[in-house]
Amino acid sequence: MSDIKVSAQEVHKSFGDTHVLKGIDLEVRRGEVSCLLGPSGSGKSTFLRCINHLESIDSGRIEVDGTLIGYREHGERLHELKPAEAAAQRENIGMVFQRFNLFPHMTALENITCAPVFVKRAQRSEARQRALELLDRVGLADKADAYPRELSGGQQQRVAIARALAMTPDLMLFDEPTSALDPELVGEVLDVMKSLAESGMTMIVVTHEMGFAREVADTVTFMDGGVVVEHGTPDEVLVRPQHGRTKAFLSKVL
Amino acid sequence: MSEITRAVPVARPKPIQAVPLRHPWRNLLAFALIFLLLAFIIDAAQREAYDWPAFALYLFDVRVIQAAGVTLALTFLAMIGAVVVGIVLAVMRETDNPVLRAIAWGVIWFFRGTPVYVQLVFWGLLSSIYQTINLGLPFMEPWLVLETADVIPLFWIAVLGLALNEAAYMAEIVRAGLLSIDPGQTEAASALGMGWWLTMRKVVIPQAMRVIIPPTGNEVISMLKTTSLVTAVPFSWDLYTRTRDISAATLNPIPLLLVASVWYLFFTSIMMIGQSRLERHFSRGQLGHGATPKRRRRQESAERGPVVLASPEAVAAPSAAGTLPGAGMRADAGMPEGEAR
Repeated sequence: MSDIKVSAQEVHKSFGDTHVLKGIDLEVRRGEVSCLLGPSGSGKSTFLRCINHLESIDSGRIEVDGTLIGYREHGERLHELKPAEAAAQRENIGMVFQRFNLFPHMTALENITCAPVFVKRAQRSEARQRALELLDRVGLADKADAYPRELSGGQQQRVAIARALAMTPDLMLFDEPTSALDPELVGEVLDVMKSLAESGMTMIVVTHEMGFAREVADTVTFMDGGVVVEHGTPDEVLVRPQHGRTKAFLSKVL
Repeated sequence: MSEITRAVPVARPKPIQAVPLRHPWRNLLAFALIFLLLAFIIDAAQREAYDWPAFALYLFDVRVIQAAGVTLALTFLAMIGAVVVGIVLAVMRETDNPVLRAIAWGVIWFFRGTPVYVQLVFWGLLSSIYQTINLGLPFMEPWLVLETADVIPLFWIAVLGLALNEAAYMAEIVRAGLLSIDPGQTEAASALGMGWWLTMRKVVIPQAMRVIIPPTGNEVISMLKTTSLVTAVPFSWDLYTRTRDISAATLNPIPLLLVASVWYLFFTSIMMIGQSRLERHFSRGQLGHGATPKRRRRQESAERGPVVLASPEAVAAPSAAGTLPGAGMRADAGMPEGEAR
């Protein structure tokens, strides 16, 4: 098996007349933590959402483990996958959202067991056991029966991470996981993500947390205006940026 | 705060000896109404026109009980049909296909825009408009020709007429329920590998039910009463038409009207209890789960803090909506999400 987990080539995407992604190339190796940085509207969230085909792409290709995402190749042409096939591709790709998106009518435990039980047809008791382990792992063992609205933002986001992990993904996508949190709650979520990175999970993280990027990321990609401006180690991109736009952005956020 | 107050030694003021505000006019009105009500009851009990012995005789008359059963059957069959057709129409209105959208809109427009009584008369005339039902392929001799009047009994025509009319209303109710769900919910479900149907069943519908159930309960109760119009079909075995027919023979309409009213009230009362049970079931994970309205209000206001506009009028007014903390939060939340796309 090749070392490349995610590979994107010349990815273009438009919403109506707005050309959001203008040819994105990116490779993420197995076990790598890759941070996507960039100003608002740079297309980083859109790109992340293309990786599990929550958004379709207009041209280019995205592969995870060498499998084309969202499309099937027929000679020269690509055919969009049926919703059920796209859903099956997403089973091994976990995603964490900015607004948590927990299911409010389910307890924390039910949020986590939901997908394993109904998608993977896991035994209820096993799923429950695993959910309790995951809750313990994100430090919320005592919150199994709490409903999302009874939890703080940071706790909700940690449940959301546990929910994604319950499907035993081998790739995790984080879409600004701490942007909707009160400042004092950011740390607890970043800690969970850090320990996840240490366990060897391949992670792609759209974030504004420079500290996290510098400390945890293996590679950092700076995007602006729908293109990749700079890509490299945190040291290369964050400490010694080559490009003017990167420098301008970093001077504002650091 | 307590630190500051403790720093300045002030004697704690005595509690106020408050005399509650009195409402003499309100009390007087209440007494007057009680008096009027008692007078009415005593008078009604003695008045011959109500003919209470006849009322007692017919209340549990076999024909009346059967008619009550027919009315219930009409109500529930028509509602089931209306919910099914309503869901289909609601989903059609939300598809990307413009033809499906337009057709759904047209159906809703027609059935909401004409009186149900007129529609029922029309359905009743179905067998004279389309006298035969031909089964076969177009432009060929039909394999089977059926007399419409023979194949579709009046009962089912009544159900059909009520259901299609109600479907237009249910479509709007279901649509409002579906639209009330944050798109992030379906996204999260998709990201977990859940398909469309599973997402609907486990994520969208259970949440939409909270919005759908209260108006649907009203629709069921309204449907129970609308069944009294099926005489337009003309179908004559429902509660109202049956009691009217009996009274036409006995020349004593008033006690039978009372009989019908009591049965309708009995059914609507049961439905109201059922509705509040259902509402409680689907409010899982919501504020004040299982609380009474009063307790819920108190809980809500405690959470929002004292800045909230207290009067319901102010909350309902669109101009005031922007000042509600909830509305402001939603506007903020929308921005960072929209930004990157």
